[in-house]
Amino acid sequence: MLDIKKYLRLSKLPHIWCPGCGNGSVVRALIMAVDKLGLSKDEIVLFTGIGCSARTNVIVDFNTIQTTHGRTLAFATGFKLMRPDMKVIVITGDGDGAAIGGNHLIHAARRNIDITTILINNSIYGMTGGQYSPLSPQGTYATTAPYGNIEPSFDICKLVEAAGATFIARSTVYHIQLTADLIAKAIAHKGFSFIEVVSQCPVGYGRRNRMRTPYEMLMWQKEHAVLVQQAQRYSLEEMKDKFLIGELFVNKEKREYTELYEELRRKLAEGGEG
Amino acid sequence: MSLKEDVRFMQGNEAIAEAAILAGVRFFAGYPITPATEIAEMMALRMPQVGGVFIQMEDEIASIAAVIGASMAGFKAMTATSGPGFTLMQENLGYATIVDIPCVIVDVQRGGPSTGLPTLPAQGDVMQARWGTHGDHPIVVLCPATVQEAFELTIEAFNISELIRNPVILLSDAVVGHVREKVTLPDPSRIRIVNRRVTNLPPEQYKPFAAGPDGVPDFAYRGKGYRYHVTSNVHDEEGFPATYNHKVANELIRRLHKKIEFYRKEITYYKTYRVEDSDVLIVAYGCTARSAKDAVNMLREGGIRAGLLQLQTLWPFPGEVVEGYAKRAKVVVVPEMNMGQLVGEVERCICRKAVRINRVDGKMISPWEIVDAIKEVFSHA
Ligand SMILES: Cc1ncc(C[n+]2csc(CCOP(=O)(O)OP(=O)(O)O)c2C)c(N)n1
Ligand code: SF4
Repeated sequence: MLDIKKYLRLSKLPHIWCPGCGNGSVVRALIMAVDKLGLSKDEIVLFTGIGCSARTNVIVDFNTIQTTHGRTLAFATGFKLMRPDMKVIVITGDGDGAAIGGNHLIHAARRNIDITTILINNSIYGMTGGQYSPLSPQGTYATTAPYGNIEPSFDICKLVEAAGATFIARSTVYHIQLTADLIAKAIAHKGFSFIEVVSQCPVGYGRRNRMRTPYEMLMWQKEHAVLVQQAQRYSLEEMKDKFLIGELFVNKEKREYTELYEELRRKLAEGGEG
Repeated sequence: MSLKEDVRFMQGNEAIAEAAILAGVRFFAGYPITPATEIAEMMALRMPQVGGVFIQMEDEIASIAAVIGASMAGFKAMTATSGPGFTLMQENLGYATIVDIPCVIVDVQRGGPSTGLPTLPAQGDVMQARWGTHGDHPIVVLCPATVQEAFELTIEAFNISELIRNPVILLSDAVVGHVREKVTLPDPSRIRIVNRRVTNLPPEQYKPFAAGPDGVPDFAYRGKGYRYHVTSNVHDEEGFPATYNHKVANELIRRLHKKIEFYRKEITYYKTYRVEDSDVLIVAYGCTARSAKDAVNMLREGGIRAGLLQLQTLWPFPGEVVEGYAKRAKVVVVPEMNMGQLVGEVERCICRKAVRINRVDGKMISPWEIVDAIKEVFSHA
């Protein structure tokens, strides 16, 4: 039985999120993953940036560092290089990770540094009150897209794959067990691992996009997510408004960054040319 | 045991890199920019040799972020840049100040605004170094005039940074960065090294942002039970956001400033030259101080009793020092390679006008220019 309280800072509860927000579920999935892997609270450093997603690390009893908007992976890179023995995890939002932090995301992926990034995709800027993000689907409404969003969105998993990450997965808040399993796999993976968790922001997104309740939003996740193993059952036409969940990409060949740096130092110490 | 002094012919940027390593830096992150690039190149070579890490980041925002991340892991860390890159670093620089994280940022100044005069010297970042990031924040800015000073002040930059747990800016310029001069490197055993104070409280009692009379909290390394929180928001002594608590906000911001006031004497560096009987006091810093020193000699040969006060600490502004030396001077002169940035502080402290000499064309202010400007004043007197 999972003793979730063991991992929480109970004095920091209740949290500040709106009723029905998906962020709490992602925290739960992360704790399930950490518990499953048997990691100690001391060896985990959980970095966040700015946004509602960034409040996740206030309530968990790990080493927790909240940084500036979008820059988290750069902070985490410096930390990880000096403490490769620690498990570095980053939680980010779709604005934090894909807009202002997009450059750092692709470069962390390219380096294949051993950091696990969980991007909570609620299709909106929650904390600032519902503006569109690079992951808001075309045609949806936001306070800054009052006539509907004309911008196309990223497939953030494909972007991170092209940039060079070596473990990529997607899940949803509805599929919480799958999310936990994928986070566990991502943490265990040596290299840059990335999980997009499709989540709900009933306040900033749902009520402007014909989903009045958190329940409706979770049902939307259930109906639109297709497990990657079952994708062949659907025609291309049927897949058009659906998205894949599960393990999307794994590469075990590409060398990890901190290991390569350590190897360089070792060679220099042995008198080689590096 | 014999002490080994080492006399070398070095470039300013190279001296900064060597001094940083002696001061204990083990992490460097940067992004190429003239006239600072040599520091990154040296660090790429030297860091892995001394067991440290060099990384070229995707931009300057990421560079300073990685530096702060490394310092949060407990290691001395630095970056080096010039005007445009320094501007990009400002937000994260403010972050380091609010979370008490030490680091050293070298700004080898070139002509601005924007990419301005990319390869030529200037002193236009004096105010950016003080107020570039938003909000009231403490900052220390040191400014070398020679390669020897670049070496010495780099070590002091790390010492001050660790002492008060705050970013320190080494404000160099393209002249000091690129000139080659004789440097005397002291025996490493003679170099004073300061490391941040580490807590001796057990994790249950440790409060990451609680401080004694000097305002500086004790550090705790991660991974050993100290699982504290760090936030960019206003926070209480335990590190948790307290954004609606006016009392906590007030106490935090005042504590951050107290660190500077408490150690003001120890972090104020300056040099004087022939000031004992001076009627004319030249207040100069950085590469301009080189010309000012020559100007003092030339003026004295011509019968004008001039002296030089060279400021090495620009911020916190050493107002009392300036005031003291300016007392007996009839004329105070402030030559700067900008439109007049530090002169405002000087005038504020001496409560009268100073003679301004300004140059913004990428050329150094020559000793003759200073001499002429002062003779001009005397001809009207
Ligand atoms: C440099 C900077 N720009 C803008 C902001 C304002 N800001 C705070 S949160 C946020 C959006 C966060 O959105 P997202 O990453 O999607 O996270 P969510 O709140 O939805 O979890 C913005 C723009 C900021 N804090 N810093
Ligand atoms: S605004 Fe949206 S993301 Fe933020 S707490 Fe509320 S529901 Fe969650």
